[in-house]
Amino acid sequence: MGGVVAENTILTGKHFMNGDEACAEGAIAAGCRFFAGYPITPSTEIAEHLARRMPMVNGVFLQMEDELGSIAAILGASAAGMRAMTATSGPGLSLMMENIGLGIMLEIPCVVVDVQRGAPSTGLPTMPGQSDVMQARWGTHGDYECVAYAPWSPQEMFDLTVLSFNIADRYRIPVFLLADEVVGHMVERVVIPSSEQIETWERKRPRVPPGEHFAPFLVEDDDLVPPMVHAGEGYRIHYTGLTHDEQGYPDMSAERHHHLVTRLVNKVRINQEKMIITESYDLEDAQIVVIAYGCTARSARRAVREARKLGIAAGLLRLVSLWPFPADQILEYASNQQTFIVAEMNLGQMSREVERCIKRPVSGVVHAGGAMIPPGKILAAIQEAAR
Amino acid sequence: MSAPIIVEEHPLDILIRADRMPHIWCPGCGIGIAMRCYAQAILESGIAVDRHIVVSGIGCSGRVAGYMNVDSYHTTHGRAIPFAMGIKLARPELMVTIFSGDGDLVAIGGNHLIHAARRNIDINVICINNFNFGMTGGQFGPTTPKGALATTAPYGNPELPFNLPYLLAASGANYVSRWTTLHARQLKEAMLESFSKRGFSFVEVLAPCPVGFGKSNNIDDGLEEMVLYRNRCVLVDDGDVREDELVIDLREDQPIMIGKFIDRDRLPYQPVKCSAD
Repeated sequence: MGGVVAENTILTGKHFMNGDEACAEGAIAAGCRFFAGYPITPSTEIAEHLARRMPMVNGVFLQMEDELGSIAAILGASAAGMRAMTATSGPGLSLMMENIGLGIMLEIPCVVVDVQRGAPSTGLPTMPGQSDVMQARWGTHGDYECVAYAPWSPQEMFDLTVLSFNIADRYRIPVFLLADEVVGHMVERVVIPSSEQIETWERKRPRVPPGEHFAPFLVEDDDLVPPMVHAGEGYRIHYTGLTHDEQGYPDMSAERHHHLVTRLVNKVRINQEKMIITESYDLEDAQIVVIAYGCTARSARRAVREARKLGIAAGLLRLVSLWPFPADQILEYASNQQTFIVAEMNLGQMSREVERCIKRPVSGVVHAGGAMIPPGKILAAIQEAAR
Repeated sequence: MSAPIIVEEHPLDILIRADRMPHIWCPGCGIGIAMRCYAQAILESGIAVDRHIVVSGIGCSGRVAGYMNVDSYHTTHGRAIPFAMGIKLARPELMVTIFSGDGDLVAIGGNHLIHAARRNIDINVICINNFNFGMTGGQFGPTTPKGALATTAPYGNPELPFNLPYLLAASGANYVSRWTTLHARQLKEAMLESFSKRGFSFVEVLAPCPVGFGKSNNIDDGLEEMVLYRNRCVLVDDGDVREDELVIDLREDQPIMIGKFIDRDRLPYQPVKCSAD
């Protein structure tokens, strides 16, 4: 990604930092050198941290006039070859939605961090929420597939930010980091590895030199990802949010539209195994399967542990990635009429998705947001199910 | 009438995507003239064509990005400027120009326009002003004169318009000029000047929209509007004009001030850098 790497680029070592700062350091470690954002609680520390850090690493920190500008600016920077990120919360994510669709249509990689708070509307700015799950999935108009990760700790704010950049670049898509206020503001130990240990997946680049015929949206490989040209490289490319052909030219036909949108959707679907991450706790013999993600998974982990002490065969499936939806991983534990409990800080966004997947009702431990769901509430649901 | 001369090549062939022709613009539209001036300016700029980038938003003028044979980005409605800022800050050596219309840049994108000018970021904006939303069929916009008819102003536009040079001057742009599609040579020169100017440059281009604005306001075709430009335009030499003198209402027989209004050297935006010590 160019530029001289300063000594202090990657803060290798053990730190005590909050999740927002860990996310910012993850971006720096991943080679992100362009951040554009608009201050919004509870994501502001990411912008504040990068305002200090970007100048140290020859990067650009840009405070925009609004979130519409922030997402447009990172798409422009990424189109010019930089790894780029923005960070926001629910209201800002709502404003970004149109250009997230542009990123999908132009196949421009970027990372969009959403530190979720109580919603809808202004909601609870300083308090946690997990209710943007479906906004990320369906918020921009049209058909698309979404990739979103839900960190449960400051360490994962670092790790999953790095991964988000890799997935974004590898598959030419915007990637969401769906954090929440709890993990954003929680201070914990964060271990930052050495630069050699931080994996960086390169963008696929054109295989012909400028001047030779090149169709920037022609798929050359089975993964359905076309090579990416950056601004100013001499290929004279055209990018348009209109339905376009392989040359990038507008093509206003139903056939082309179906062909293009289907490819963009399939690009994620056929590669989803490389995107999906789940973690299992005590699930081997579990008759009660708890599903949770983000900060709520911390409560769920505790609840499952307590249940085991009480002799209840409960386990936790933690969704590290929310999208693409980990249907196979869930079905693996649904073969024996296990009871499913979904705990989440919204009124059942993932519960409904799990029901759709396992084709039977699940029991939801839900809350509209504002405070973490306590372990006791999840434990009570486990005990109820065990009765 | 003399016979047409058919030539094999045109000097601007390398800059226009011939395979994208015919264009979508209506008979009498001025956007093509302004695009031709832009192409000519690129050719004369002395800057390698591959370093020129054009970014457009949505609307008739937004289609310019698709017709220019340079790296070109046809983005979303109103967001061409922040997208272009991203490119410019990622690759400062590129010559980044936004080519779009008044509806895109001033209505839905107005906030980005004034903030980019305030930052004085080193990008160029070519703003076609045809006094209405053309692509959607002639609705009033932020440049439509008060009282003018439009499809969404059937009783006359109840709103006062923006005065673009004044807005951009107040916002902080380093370079502000206004020409019309009648003034092709001056317009090209203004674009060339905006390329060489550091900081935010804004070139307003008054352009006929006979099908959108004209038909509702008794301007029968593009030629009639060009004649009107010729009869009314007054060149401002010293850049010193009062705000009210910059007002344009094509329905009134009043002077249209054109020329260069602002040419100054405020420091352009630079991202903060820590010294490497």
